[in-house]
Amino acid sequence: DPVRRKTSKAWNREDELPVYLAGPITTGPNQRKTYGMFSSVEGAFESKTIDFENYAVGRKGSRTPRSGSRERLLDTGDPISKTPSEARESSLNGSPGERDEARSRAEVRFSSGTENLNGKSERLLIKGGRVVNDDQSFYADVYIEDGLIKQVGENLVVPGGVKVIEANGRMVIPGGIDVNTCLMKSYLGTQPVDDFFQGTKAALAGGTTMIIDHVAPQPGDSLLEAFERWQEAADKKACCDYSLHVDIPQWNENVKDELELLVQDKGINSFQVYMAYKDVYQMTDSELYEAFSFLKLLGAVVLVHAENGDLIAQEQRKILGMGITGPEGHPLSRPEEVEAEAVFRAITLGNRVNCPVYITKVMSKSAADTITQARRKGSVVFGEPITASLATDGSHYWSKNWAKAAAYVTSPPLSPDQTTPDHLHTLLACGDLQVVGSSHCAYSTSQKAIGKDDFTLIPEGINGVEERMGFVWDKAVAMGKMDENQFVAVTSTNAAKIFNLYPRKGRIAVGSDADIVIWDPDSVKTITAKLQQSAAEYNIFEGLESRGGPVLVLSQGQVVYEEGKLHAQQGTGRFIPRKPFPDYAYQRVKFRNQVKHKQGVTRGIYDGPVYDVAPIPKYITPSPSAKTSPTSHQPPPIRNLHQSNFSLSGAQIDDNIPRRSGHRIVAPPGGRSNITSLG
Amino acid sequence: MSERRCSPEDDCSSLLSRLGSDSPRPRMKYGGMFCNVEGAFENKTLNFESLGPRPQFTLKLPPEAVSGCVVGNVTSVSTGATIAGCGDRLIIKGGKIVNDDQSFYADIYVEDGTIKQIGENLIVPSGVKTVDAYGQLVIPGGIDANTNLYSPQKGLNPADDFYQGTRAALSGGTTTIMDHVLVEPGTSLLTAFDQWKDAAEQRACCDFSLHVDITRWHEGLYEELETLIKDKGVNSFLFFMAYKDKYQSSDSQLYEAFSVLRDLGAIAQVHAENGDIIDEEQKKLLCLGITGPEGHVISHSEEVETEAVYRAITIAKQSNCPLYVTKVMSKSAADVIAKARKKGMVVYGEPITAGLATDGSHYWSKDWAIAAAFVTSPPLNPDPSTPQYLTSLLACGDLQVTSSAQASFSTAQKAVGKDNFTLIPEGTNGIEERMSVVWDRAVATGMMDENEFVAVTSTNAAKLFSMYPRKGRIAVGSDADIVIWNPKETRIISANTHNLNLEVNIFEGLEFRGVASVVISGGRVLLEDGKLNVTEGSGRFIPRKAFPDIVYKRIKARSKMAEAHGVPRGNYDGPVHDVISMTKSVPPTPTTRGPPCPKTLTGPRNLHQSGFTLAGAQIDDHIPRRSAQRIVAPPGGRSNITSLS
Repeated sequence: DPVRRKTSKAWNREDELPVYLAGPITTGPNQRKTYGMFSSVEGAFESKTIDFENYAVGRKGSRTPRSGSRERLLDTGDPISKTPSEARESSLNGSPGERDEARSRAEVRFSSGTENLNGKSERLLIKGGRVVNDDQSFYADVYIEDGLIKQVGENLVVPGGVKVIEANGRMVIPGGIDVNTCLMKSYLGTQPVDDFFQGTKAALAGGTTMIIDHVAPQPGDSLLEAFERWQEAADKKACCDYSLHVDIPQWNENVKDELELLVQDKGINSFQVYMAYKDVYQMTDSELYEAFSFLKLLGAVVLVHAENGDLIAQEQRKILGMGITGPEGHPLSRPEEVEAEAVFRAITLGNRVNCPVYITKVMSKSAADTITQARRKGSVVFGEPITASLATDGSHYWSKNWAKAAAYVTSPPLSPDQTTPDHLHTLLACGDLQVVGSSHCAYSTSQKAIGKDDFTLIPEGINGVEERMGFVWDKAVAMGKMDENQFVAVTSTNAAKIFNLYPRKGRIAVGSDADIVIWDPDSVKTITAKLQQSAAEYNIFEGLESRGGPVLVLSQGQVVYEEGKLHAQQGTGRFIPRKPFPDYAYQRVKFRNQVKHKQGVTRGIYDGPVYDVAPIPKYITPSPSAKTSPTSHQPPPIRNLHQSNFSLSGAQIDDNIPRRSGHRIVAPPGGRSNITSLG
Repeated sequence: MSERRCSPEDDCSSLLSRLGSDSPRPRMKYGGMFCNVEGAFENKTLNFESLGPRPQFTLKLPPEAVSGCVVGNVTSVSTGATIAGCGDRLIIKGGKIVNDDQSFYADIYVEDGTIKQIGENLIVPSGVKTVDAYGQLVIPGGIDANTNLYSPQKGLNPADDFYQGTRAALSGGTTTIMDHVLVEPGTSLLTAFDQWKDAAEQRACCDFSLHVDITRWHEGLYEELETLIKDKGVNSFLFFMAYKDKYQSSDSQLYEAFSVLRDLGAIAQVHAENGDIIDEEQKKLLCLGITGPEGHVISHSEEVETEAVYRAITIAKQSNCPLYVTKVMSKSAADVIAKARKKGMVVYGEPITAGLATDGSHYWSKDWAIAAAFVTSPPLNPDPSTPQYLTSLLACGDLQVTSSAQASFSTAQKAVGKDNFTLIPEGTNGIEERMSVVWDRAVATGMMDENEFVAVTSTNAAKLFSMYPRKGRIAVGSDADIVIWNPKETRIISANTHNLNLEVNIFEGLEFRGVASVVISGGRVLLEDGKLNVTEGSGRFIPRKAFPDIVYKRIKARSKMAEAHGVPRGNYDGPVHDVISMTKSVPPTPTTRGPPCPKTLTGPRNLHQSGFTLAGAQIDDHIPRRSAQRIVAPPGGRSNITSLS
């Protein structure tokens, strides 16, 4: 019923926010008895569970009191039918051949048969699965009601008429979060072929239950208006929960007010700035510094598109001048160093401002290494490789088929170095890179063909939202680089932490949203454009095999994907607002602020001779790079540290005070003053 | 070596005819296990005279000017004959000659300002002055690759000009300086160059050469650059990545400039600091009420230097241009250079005297005058382990050249910024102490050997800047810029005893082992027995050729290799989405100051010239476009080129 959904949405936006992180975590007293030697410490994961009900203002009455369910759970703590170790053993040893047919797919059955599949019961029990979070895995059943996880444990006591999903020992993981999609980013007036409906459908089919899309206003547009346009479109079309990043196309004073509003009232805590796209989106280092400083005060995460736009513009001209107009010109004009350089610079800026920096689209080994090194030195920086950089490489730009070559065009480009995916997976597995995005932005071949005679005009964007989780499993977990917990971390939990969605998203715990995926590590799928959900006619992973995939996907407690069939409904996705100052990114920053306090030296006043400066003729042109005056007025609430009347260039604030002109001093060079003599 | 202008026959015959004939007697000292192969160093000696005319290398001074000032403090004159004529005739006896590749014992005979003979028991004319070098090292005179003796800052002229500066240089064992011509934005490069050259010719006491600092790049400078490189003998140009809104160049400008320099065969130098960040940090600090010299080092943090070095290297790599980073002041910046070199980039790093001998803790000194004396950019690093680290990179060859970055401003001049650290004129001394510092910190501690010492103080600079083997080597035919180095002697630095006008010395009280006991420049003994005997205006301008071999051999090979090729494809014949003609919201490009597509240039093909521009108006704007006509082809396309199978 749309009315209820609407009200619940409204509730989400207005009321939940203030309470969301209001109190400390309280969890029920509960003893679990079933842990063996190598199991987790008893109760270890309980403190990681947030009881949302305790905070919820609007819904208190509509829920079963939590304590009740707890008691029931305690009462029925009986000897277990299947020990975790047994089950784990069987799941580990069972090769695909040995498995019986029943185990290879999840079964849905109804305990009483009183409810039908389409009913809005929203009561589900996932039985016999292995719950995998980012910190541990354990065997437990998961009971879901009203789109939330209500109980996690064994032998749960649940009401009758509950739909039961037999997980048969398969992994039950938190739904994926794709932190980087562009489903509405227009290029020269054309829209991507995958809009919020197509894109989120594809996401769900791949096991991703939440996306964070980029709001991409053009320079001069209002950020707020753009945000509202995006939100409206997504509310109508999205099939899964979503949140939004806002891209800042240019930096000026007006932007500041809008940013403040977005952070404080709209639930946005991440903004993207560009170091590339010269003369369009690119910011100078000064502007970046100001933007970083301002966003830090707001408690937002700065996303950086890191490429040196100046160099790219030069290289593009050069390459077009050489007569290279095909898609191979794209990687030729954006070599790896240009990306690594910008990453280095962004991190330097982040360090100077003491602000967390998040590098979107890490595409090359050297850029990833730069991030790794910075993290070793303690910088608060996060790196996001994307599906494409993890699964394929840039050799396709040289394809003889123009349409194929053009399909790979994205920025930064895929690195032609074929060892790149492997390297990025290694860094992802060891935690040097944290989040996997997809940067899904699908344009049709005819749209790409806008640039058929000039590679700089090819719209940039690749697919990957659907394939994202599968490739991480295939190339990292199935290869033994990563364990299943780290898999959950990089596909879901880390993103939820960085962008302040945790533990509502990114974790299977009591109180979290019921965005759950039952993952089959052994299913093998061959990627092809014919079978994909995306509307694009090309898939850059065409023909690649990928092990591991979702068997069943729950979004908000509803089965939206099952055995290859999508039941997604347009417009069911909710906007998830996010609070500023995510702990994961900001805790260290806050402490460093206190530690890194700067102090001047207290000295006696210098009383020696002072050379008199003759007024110099001013040959300086007004600063071409700063688009706004550095001294224009600031918004009052936050103290702006950059406001200063001093300017290095041109007229000085004390120009009106007359100076003695060219009046030489008579003191000897050695000086007679005691403060200048060396003794 | 690279720029010999003579017919090949002449070259061969003259070279071969002289091989082995320089010394009349076979040498007996060679042949031990660890000795050099006999005669090994001889073919490294060039006889310049036999290699054809060298008009511009002759002494500019009339003979009277020189003879008037001739040497009163001669140690021993073998006969009673008086010394007259153009330059001294000298024999340096008993010293150990140290070049960058080897050391050996030999005597040197000098005549007319050049080295004429090297060997033992030389047969020399009578009446020759003998310089006794027993027990000491005979090294090529130092080359200080970075001085600012004439560039004003904020309207202030340095306290030590070409005369004072070169005098101090000579007293420390440096016989050639390379000064920076600071061209104010918007003025002519040639005019500034001439101005500097005139000033130096009138005042300098030792040979000099000039770098030109380009403070505002635009394509219109091409012709002046060409003239400077081809006719004036300048092959190195400095760009600033700092000093926002004053001297700073954007990345685009650097790329364009580097590409031009590569085509002309020059070396790009950068002052590597991120000016944008510095500017912001300065504003912030002044707001916090920090106005003393410590604000300088806080606002110019190490990272800001490192970032710019990294960026400069990236830009140089992209434009395939050799890069020389001036004033490497921090460990991390040096590391970036070392790493880039390991990846094969043609990049050179130059630590300076101050960075090798002291650290940035003095910025927090309670004495304002002392704190201010240390102000230079990039600043000295507060990390006290920095000097040692830089020295070790210098010893292993990751950094190549030492210079002084001498720019002295008196305390009164520095006091212009007494209430605002951003107004303090930047510069430290070091021209006089440079060689001693390297000896004391590197050689005396065992990090470096004496040959490497010669390399980093003299030979590398000569090679990089096309002065080799005229400078930077003791060989027959080279200029007689010779230093007799006493490694045992020590001296204590003090502003009271140094040869500068400055009233503060940043090395005050430090003791350094290794002292130049005799300095010979242009064949004349200028320092002996602690007495300095210089003539104002005796320094000659040393022109330098383009395309120095050590730098450009690799660049040339890479230019050939790095040709990018397009993919030959059939024409794309599928449907094309029609773009509604957009209103361009793009402002005209703010960073490039010159016109993006200037007049056509002759000479090397300019690869950057293209009719395409990313911003604003396009070259094909006049061709009418169909407006917003949508395609009817299905998204899958029916064309064979788009199908996957």
